[in-house]
Amino acid sequence: MSDSKISVKKLHLFYKDFQALNGIDIEVRPQHITALIGPSGCGKSTFLRSLNRMNDLIEGVRIEGTILLEGSDIYSSAVDMVALRKRVGMVFQRPNPFLMSVYDNVAYGPRIHGEKNKRKLDEIVETSLRGAALWDEVRDRLHKSALGLSGGQQQRVCIARLLAVQPDVLLMDEPSSALDPKSTMKIEELIRDLKQRYTIIIVTHNMQQAARISDTTAFFLNGTLVECNETELIFTKPGDQRTEDYITGRFG
Amino acid sequence: MKARSADKLATAIIWAGALIVIAVLASIIGYILFNGGKSISWDFLTKPAQVIHSGGGIGPQIFNSFYLLALSMLITIPVGLLGGIYLAEYARPSKLTGGLRLCIETLNSLPSIVIGLFGLLVFVNMTGWGYTLMSGALALTVINLPLIVRYTEEALQSVPASLREASLALGASHWQTIVKVVLPGAFPGLVSGFIITSGRVFGEAAALLFTAGMSSPALDFSQWNIFNSSSPLNPFRPAETLAVHIWKVNTEGLIPDLRRVADGSAAVLILIVLGFNLLARWLGHRIYRHMTAT
Amino acid sequence: MKITSDTTGRVLSTGAALVTILLTLAIIVFIATKGLSTFIINGVPVKDFLFSTNWFPDRPLEEGGPQVGVLAFMLGSIIVSLLAVLVSAPLSVACAVFIREIAPFWGQRVLQPAIEILAGIPSVVYGYIGLSLLVPFIREHLGGLGFSVLAGFLVLSVMILPTIVSMSVDSLRALPQEWKEAAYALGSTRWQTIRIVLLPAARSGIITGVVLGLARAFGEALAVQMVIGNTRKIPGSILDPVITLTSAITMDMGNTPMGSLWSNSLWSMGLLLLFISCLFILVVRFVVQRSEMSQ
Ligand SMILES: Nc1ncnc2c1ncn2[C@@H]1O[C@H](COP(=O)(O)OP(=O)(O)O)[C@@H](O)[C@H]1O
Ligand SMILES: [Mg+2]
Repeated sequence: MSDSKISVKKLHLFYKDFQALNGIDIEVRPQHITALIGPSGCGKSTFLRSLNRMNDLIEGVRIEGTILLEGSDIYSSAVDMVALRKRVGMVFQRPNPFLMSVYDNVAYGPRIHGEKNKRKLDEIVETSLRGAALWDEVRDRLHKSALGLSGGQQQRVCIARLLAVQPDVLLMDEPSSALDPKSTMKIEELIRDLKQRYTIIIVTHNMQQAARISDTTAFFLNGTLVECNETELIFTKPGDQRTEDYITGRFG
Repeated sequence: MKARSADKLATAIIWAGALIVIAVLASIIGYILFNGGKSISWDFLTKPAQVIHSGGGIGPQIFNSFYLLALSMLITIPVGLLGGIYLAEYARPSKLTGGLRLCIETLNSLPSIVIGLFGLLVFVNMTGWGYTLMSGALALTVINLPLIVRYTEEALQSVPASLREASLALGASHWQTIVKVVLPGAFPGLVSGFIITSGRVFGEAAALLFTAGMSSPALDFSQWNIFNSSSPLNPFRPAETLAVHIWKVNTEGLIPDLRRVADGSAAVLILIVLGFNLLARWLGHRIYRHMTAT
Repeated sequence: MKITSDTTGRVLSTGAALVTILLTLAIIVFIATKGLSTFIINGVPVKDFLFSTNWFPDRPLEEGGPQVGVLAFMLGSIIVSLLAVLVSAPLSVACAVFIREIAPFWGQRVLQPAIEILAGIPSVVYGYIGLSLLVPFIREHLGGLGFSVLAGFLVLSVMILPTIVSMSVDSLRALPQEWKEAAYALGSTRWQTIRIVLLPAARSGIITGVVLGLARAFGEALAVQMVIGNTRKIPGSILDPVITLTSAITMDMGNTPMGSLWSNSLWSMGLLLLFISCLFILVVRFVVQRSEMSQ
């Protein structure tokens, strides 16, 4: 319990009248990859976005329950949203580099958080791009628009951009679903790599992907968490009939 | 932290900007309606204007404005509608299309005083008509045309492609599809576009100074022979519109009750223009509801 | 039957397209022909016309003959419209940001309709408000006659505000929602998101709006003419009166005999306006094209 990075208790979330999450309880271990699976519309993204309070940007969202990050409630009024999002970063489904150069994209975070030293920035950019396994591919075009890169490269720019703010937790919402298989493999490799240093929660609707990369898998259905266990167990001996139906593709 | 105070400061400044704009609008509208309200009376709305005496009204000016608008719309709507149909339905990426778009852009950004000069040259002098309603209407047409073409194109493009395909699949020709399916589907958009355009040209003055003129001959509202020079309907008589009248009384300053006339005219003009805008929204909405309900 | 109606429709609408093009060409050709007569018929050197402030269009020969230098008008137009943009652009961008990012609720329910109303107010009404509200205010509180550069550009800045706001709102709206989310997810404040991510990405639309606003200010005649005093002198301060190309045409076109040098030079000013408004279109096209290329 105390070794959880994130612990979620009785989380309910409403979009105006519509209840999208219904009593979620989950513990997320540090330096682990947790995969969230489930049919589309079951609330995976919604859950993920409540972990860094991205849902606060949407009008009419109401949240009940608690989410503790290293023991402190991220929804308490004392929490500084900017600091929270710095610690809990997010990669989105579609690559979304800003309309800037590769360099400026990656340097964006450090800059807004007050880093002005050119040398330092250069260093951060390089480290982050290496961390995202992209350095060798873009070192010659650092100052060209990031939108000129391939989809897979763009997504890794986004990951590098995230690493540059030195987060603790990485939230990834179907980070490879818009990419071709080759780029997908690259991203998966990268994610396994990143596990050494970060706590990662990844949404995927590709079950092979969940099986390949995650340590823990959580199965969502209609806004509830059906079960959450070691990935191996989930895929070999699911504890719930519905989980089994879903992973064996017998789902209605 | 610095970023946070910058955020607060910027938010405050942007709120202030928004409030300034609201305050400016409120004072403009408030000023006009407050002062104008005191001048408006039945007499004022119906009596003819005075040149140097006090006590003038704006009856003929109001009539002229509407009549001029109607004349120019009569010319613009067919041409503009067809031009819009061309762009929305027939235009392929070609020299002609590119040229047409450039021309529309050019017409749309021409200063209206330049359009007035063109009108003076062609519709007043070359035709030999002198300052007439017709010259003014043609000048307004130049202002109207790019707007009508654009509104038509937008309205036609907003008709779902599925409707078009359904009609074509039933064996209708392209033109039949346009006339029977696309135009009716675009009707609400067209109507509101035309009315918004009307509102815009109703207040136009610069293009009319040297085309429709700045004088209004005595009108005999019982004379409906269109060729009689005192007939209000005669399109070949000079005609001062309400907008031009506002400019004239303010800059010439010949009448003693200048303030009263200026205030009242501005209020009437604003009310009519706002009326056009409200009508456009309301009617577009009504027709749309009517069409989708049946 | 089918074929004929189809052909008729195509011919009619192509005809309308051609009419529109011919009309535009006619405007350019007629204004150009008339506007060039100052140089061709009256033999005034273009250089003298554009770069001299000597404006004595009806000076008798024995006093040195007429001279038609329009530099003062040109400068007047440039000063008044540039200052108008300088006031209006920041305010407009603030309004657009307010509507899209800061307070969409109030923005869409109050500010946006307010700006639409401003857009509908005819320019003579702006002139009238300037004349009866702004000019006396300036005269009483800031000094001078009240008829001034200041009154001119303030009136214009309100007039062109809707143009810039609506272009800016459109281009902010067109930005992918994901950029905003990504910026917030990196721990940006709202202002950082707006300033560093959104506004630069919406730049070309905003610039287009500003150029269109500038064009509108430059070409506006009556609203300006009513409040600037129309003195043919280059103003020394913003409280001094000034004159513009448009207001000179407005005031003198009706009083000069057709074909005289004076009248011809007014036409040349008209041509100058036409030329500059085409220039603005080119600038807009260039901005749009460049932003399309960069994406
Ligand atoms: N902004 C929103 N407003 C209202 N309902 C939403 C919103 N976002 C998502 N939903 C609804 O919440 C449910 C969960 O959505 P989501 O979390 O995106 O599912 P998933 O990511 O698992 O596909 C869906 O039924 C969806 O329609
Ligand atoms: Mg999702």
